Amino acid sequence: MSVQEEALEEKRLLSKTSIGFWLYLMTDCLLFATLFATFAVLRDATAGGPAGRDIYEMPLVLAETLILLTSSFACGLALIAMTQKNIRQVLIALGVTFILGATFLFIEVSEFVKLIGEGYGPQASAFLSAFFTLVGTHGLHVFIGLLWLTILAYAIWRRGITGKLTRQVTLFGLFWHFLDLIWIFVFTVVYLMGVVK
Amino acid sequence: MIIDWGFLLGRLSLDALPDNIVTMLGALGGVFGVLFIVGLLTITRRWGWLWKTWITSLDPKKIGVMYLAVSGIMLLRGLADAVMMRVQQALFATNGAGPIDADMFQQVFSAHGTIMIFFVAMGIIFGLINLVVPLQIGARDVAFPLLNSISFWLFFAGMALMNVSLAVGEFSTAGWLAYPPLSGLEYSPGTGVDYWIWALQVAGIGSLLSGVNFLVTIFTMRRKGMTPMKMPIFVWSVIGSMLLVVFAFPILTATLGMLTLDRTIDTHFFTSDLGGNPMMYVNLIWAWGHPEVYILVLPAFGVFSEIVPVFSRKRLFGYTSMVWAIMAITVLSFTVWLHHFFTMGAGANVNAFFGIMTMVIAIPTGVKVFNWLFTMFRGRISFKTPMLWFMGFITTFTIGGVTGVLLAVPGIDFQVHNSLFLVAHFHNMIIGGVVFGAFAALAYWWPKLTGFRLHEGLGVAAFWSWLVGFVLAFGPLYILGLMGAARRLDHYDASLGWQGLFIVAGVGVMIILLGVFFQVLQLAYSIWKRDELRVGTDPWDGRTLEWSTSTPIAEYNFATLDTVKQRDAFWAMKSSHGHEAVSKFNDIRVPKNSGFGPGIAAVVFVGAFAVIWYMWWLAAVALVVTIVLAICAGMREDIERTITAEQVAATEKKLWRTRQV
Repeated sequence: MSVQEEALEEKRLLSKTSIGFWLYLMTDCLLFATLFATFAVLRDATAGGPAGRDIYEMPLVLAETLILLTSSFACGLALIAMTQKNIRQVLIALGVTFILGATFLFIEVSEFVKLIGEGYGPQASAFLSAFFTLVGTHGLHVFIGLLWLTILAYAIWRRGITGKLTRQVTLFGLFWHFLDLIWIFVFTVVYLMGVVK
Repeated sequence: MIIDWGFLLGRLSLDALPDNIVTMLGALGGVFGVLFIVGLLTITRRWGWLWKTWITSLDPKKIGVMYLAVSGIMLLRGLADAVMMRVQQALFATNGAGPIDADMFQQVFSAHGTIMIFFVAMGIIFGLINLVVPLQIGARDVAFPLLNSISFWLFFAGMALMNVSLAVGEFSTAGWLAYPPLSGLEYSPGTGVDYWIWALQVAGIGSLLSGVNFLVTIFTMRRKGMTPMKMPIFVWSVIGSMLLVVFAFPILTATLGMLTLDRTIDTHFFTSDLGGNPMMYVNLIWAWGHPEVYILVLPAFGVFSEIVPVFSRKRLFGYTSMVWAIMAITVLSFTVWLHHFFTMGAGANVNAFFGIMTMVIAIPTGVKVFNWLFTMFRGRISFKTPMLWFMGFITTFTIGGVTGVLLAVPGIDFQVHNSLFLVAHFHNMIIGGVVFGAFAALAYWWPKLTGFRLHEGLGVAAFWSWLVGFVLAFGPLYILGLMGAARRLDHYDASLGWQGLFIVAGVGVMIILLGVFFQVLQLAYSIWKRDELRVGTDPWDGRTLEWSTSTPIAEYNFATLDTVKQRDAFWAMKSSHGHEAVSKFNDIRVPKNSGFGPGIAAVVFVGAFAVIWYMWWLAAVALVVTIVLAICAGMREDIERTITAEQVAATEKKLWRTRQV
């Protein structure tokens, strides 16, 4: 194939995979929509147990939010470095993304552990079932993102910046921003609306 | 120190083997069937061939054939379930002495519904899409070939789980949608509901991936010049159907996930205590379930929209309105789910809204019916089998539509909900719509795939048996429903006077069985006499691109990619310049075979089986292996091979020579 043909093929592949990935993100969005609807229905079904405002640690939740948003910024820097073919910068930016994502996850999990330790696990009431499942599903997505990120960083370190890896990092960027977006809704619907009333 | 190794097997023990004579026969039949096939493959040394040409193939045509084969076998099992129910209700229901007890009867109707929707109707739809869509849009492949293979094998794994429940453990007794709290751990402590959950979850994720795959295929891989309004209507109907898959299946995934959590870690989404809300499950499952009905029937509409013009020798009447009707149905199908449970008590205003929306959705469907009729109007109609199936469809489907509008009136629904009237209605839609559509499609596209057509006389016999049997089997159910007969009854009081009608319905099912017998005979006879039935590349004088290529179809579908200039592209080519012989070819790249599809599905099957039986260690191992396999699949390099221009030329020469027979 000539250089021109190769560039065209690369563009075609990128458009195909990114349309596919956008569609996948839509399906994931629907999955979250279902969990949000469930949470909205079961929010007040506390069965005599604690309501949201009794258990949320808002300063920590705000910290989580800021950390996740910053990690998205780092992810964006990785994408820019990717287009400039600067492997060192890519790896550094991905590393920062990873550390911030892992910190987010650590705070979330320790919150969960604390709640379960106090007897407010997902088995205690329908509200807590919905809370743990919605927030936990987001956390699971972050975990999968971290796994993906690690593999991508390893592959870039070993193989350099190939067309395939550029596509994958682009898709990862979409995924990571998407998780941000979902978190904004979690922050608003679950936490803020939970403590305001 | 003594270690209790019991955890290795979870709750699996010898008690899981069937103790009921009917289940035992079914299980033995299944086991011997599998052993027979394994033996046959071993004796004829066909394992390598099977692995190379079918199991690992990424060719959508082969994947489509595998979907259809699995669905065909599952259709026979679902039919066997139907026959058992009808025999019980016609002969033994008044004295309670039949071979099937109440628990068994519940498993049978749950299995019948689940199999028919998920492993017959869905399989047929995805089979057809795989076979036809790439050809109709003039493409050489789908967007993501490996994902396609993974989807099929996940479907296969779900099917396998469904059938393993016959031999090991039990199946759900909670109906095909498993409403809680009945399907909760408290009232269904056995493995039945878990089998149901995981069969659907695994197959459902496969469907979701397929939905994404085919949307991208249609969006990005159409032949040059094929703008959206030049696409064949079948492709449009697939867009509608796959949009619904993409938007509805995540709801199913999440809902089944929550039911799983309720059953395994004791959460309280759908329980009747600690704030759980069973009606929320019913809402969620129908928010998926109603679009699911249209996922199945839209492609069937598409099939008929292809068949009617070809057999009327006219172009489709009202193409644009057809497209709009499909899209309107796609959107509206998300606004009607509550009509499945008007009796929930949501209040008059809510019921009125959903009742009206349900009537509104009948309008675009009516548009389609009139478009088909006007296509036939003053056409030169030839009543070949595909057209006969269409005629059967249009009558039964219209009756089903009319009873559907009746059911959309909440006041009437309060009277007949959960009665046999409802059962008759939705069989009218699904048999009359989806199943007849599938049979029409089979008769229509069979010669394109194989190079010979199906025996016409046997096809006609099958059609009339199905149609007469269908009317006899479901007509009485409307009357019984109005008389107050609830669905899912394994016995009723003799003094109700229902038995006569149930016997008529039973006779109807027997006539349907006769139709199936004719179909099996038709397949066998046509394959046997294939040389006499051989036809060219374009036996029906078709209008769309799939008829323009050679038969049998080469792996790459099309050797050259002519630009499409108008709707009914092949018809236009035929009428403008006939068929030119092409002599100059280019290299073509096709995907290499891959074992990841069957591999991932096998591990997922093991994982799901482990969760069902609480073998947590095995489930964890399967999860890790699945993730590793998925990563390896994502990191594959060198995934295509090249068919050189010379090879293409040689293949084309050979294929087009066969055509001349």
